[in-house]
Amino acid sequence: MNVKRRVAVVGAGITLFRRRLKETGKELSYLAANAALESAGMTMDDIDCVVMGTAPDAFDGIHMKADNLLDGAGATRKPYSRVYVGGGTGVFSPIGGWWHIASGLFDTCLVVAEEKMSPCIPHPQTAFRTIWDPIITRPLNPNLVWIFALEMNRYMKTYNIPKEHIAMVAVKNKGNALDHPSAQLAAKITVEDVLNSETMVWPVQRLDISPPSDGAAALVLTSEDVARKFTDAPVWIDGVGWSLDSAYWTNRDLCFPQYVAEAAKMAYKMAKITDPPKEVDFAEPYDPFTYKELHHMEGLLLAKKGEAPKLTAEGVTQRDGDLPMCPSGGLLGVGNPIAAAGLMKCCEMFWQLRNEAGKRQVSGAETGVAQAWGDLMQVGTVTVFRR
Amino acid sequence: MSEKVKDLRGTRLSAADLESKDTITFRGRPNAKYAWSAGIAYTKYLEELKNGRIVGRRCRQCDRVLVPPRMFCEQCFRATDEWVYVKGTGKINTYSISYLDADANRIKTPILVAVVDLDGASPGIGILHKLGNVDIEKIHVGMPVQAVWKPTNEREGSVTDILYFEPIKEE
Repeated sequence: MNVKRRVAVVGAGITLFRRRLKETGKELSYLAANAALESAGMTMDDIDCVVMGTAPDAFDGIHMKADNLLDGAGATRKPYSRVYVGGGTGVFSPIGGWWHIASGLFDTCLVVAEEKMSPCIPHPQTAFRTIWDPIITRPLNPNLVWIFALEMNRYMKTYNIPKEHIAMVAVKNKGNALDHPSAQLAAKITVEDVLNSETMVWPVQRLDISPPSDGAAALVLTSEDVARKFTDAPVWIDGVGWSLDSAYWTNRDLCFPQYVAEAAKMAYKMAKITDPPKEVDFAEPYDPFTYKELHHMEGLLLAKKGEAPKLTAEGVTQRDGDLPMCPSGGLLGVGNPIAAAGLMKCCEMFWQLRNEAGKRQVSGAETGVAQAWGDLMQVGTVTVFRR
Repeated sequence: MSEKVKDLRGTRLSAADLESKDTITFRGRPNAKYAWSAGIAYTKYLEELKNGRIVGRRCRQCDRVLVPPRMFCEQCFRATDEWVYVKGTGKINTYSISYLDADANRIKTPILVAVVDLDGASPGIGILHKLGNVDIEKIHVGMPVQAVWKPTNEREGSVTDILYFEPIKEE
């Protein structure tokens, strides 16, 4: 790996995350982009190029929606591109921004992620009907939650994981989100509440699932020289990694996300991390479902295979534990506007590493890892941030 | 959110707002239609399903039998070598019980879903299908199951020519 230049994060911003927001996608992009610029002490004149992360067009109902969103991201007449890897897009978008600067091509890049799921009525799930292979899968009339339930069950059976331990992720993340002003589903709940909630697709229950949401997030990235001019406290993107596996998800063992491990290894190598559980202070693994936080902790090599649930039960992943997971409140608590939710995790790392997270602050946080996941359970995107 | 930021950006809209005549909203529905060719590998797969058989492709380099079949091996990135019939029996790799239909509507009678590892395919090579004629309480990972086919004259060359997989009665 030959990284030419170190890349800094100097600003971050997000909107409220809600089931429905009145603003258009373009307006949401503007609100988040502007918040990030304000936080960096910059204006659009300081920005060389823009990267947009936005996930399925089918939710907004606007084909090739990044072109529609461009104005809101401040990208008119600038080098602009959209990056897209399904649910992995949110953490992939700063990786896209990182390329622009690490390569030496540009000094500053605004990264914006937007998602509006509410326009797809009555439920955005309908938009997922077209994700399937039309020849061999669609005739079975699948619901996307099926595949996650199948993966969750495989994971539980392989490692003999009690549902109670998985339910603790919802309790922790919704509780953490109580301290996040943007959060959609912050709540004080119990393990019993999760286990007694409606069964959607067993073993997935109502409180195991993150909600559909609207929202946007943004980061400002710069070269080292530029960062020093704007702030005394830059946060560094010291590692990036991404990897995708085949769409033939029934042809591999779902108990472990190998593609996430490949992405994590790439990012750790770049960041010179050799013992992740010791060298990482906190992480924001992708948690659209409770079990995914645990599955991804293992994929990120922060826990041994099958051991993340035990660590969770022991309190290790609490905000004041030895290895906090999702101090933001995650997708389960803050909400899941797909691409914006992934970038929210990177925003959280920025605030944590700048000691600006207020009540959510993890003490002594110096190295954080964010990760997202998506498509047909086949993509892992990872970033390592340091202060 | 940073503790330095005091203003929350974004305006909540309720479901009622979205429906209400006081709020300006616009509606639309795409009317795009598609006709897909099943391609080289799946055409044979579907034709054989119509015959009551499941066919895969073997890659001689990694020695995997791939189901559903494909004309190239994505791991070795070379053409697969031959058609191989696998059995209509196998074991449940994982399963779930769905109380949601394809549009996330609640349903009373659950759909039983499974990945079935087929006998004769390589280890871990499974297909997505449904389970039937089974006691929900007794479904388990590793359970031996067999394909239940549509009557010959009702088959149409589709994965639904297999109605579902049912438990193999133990002797």
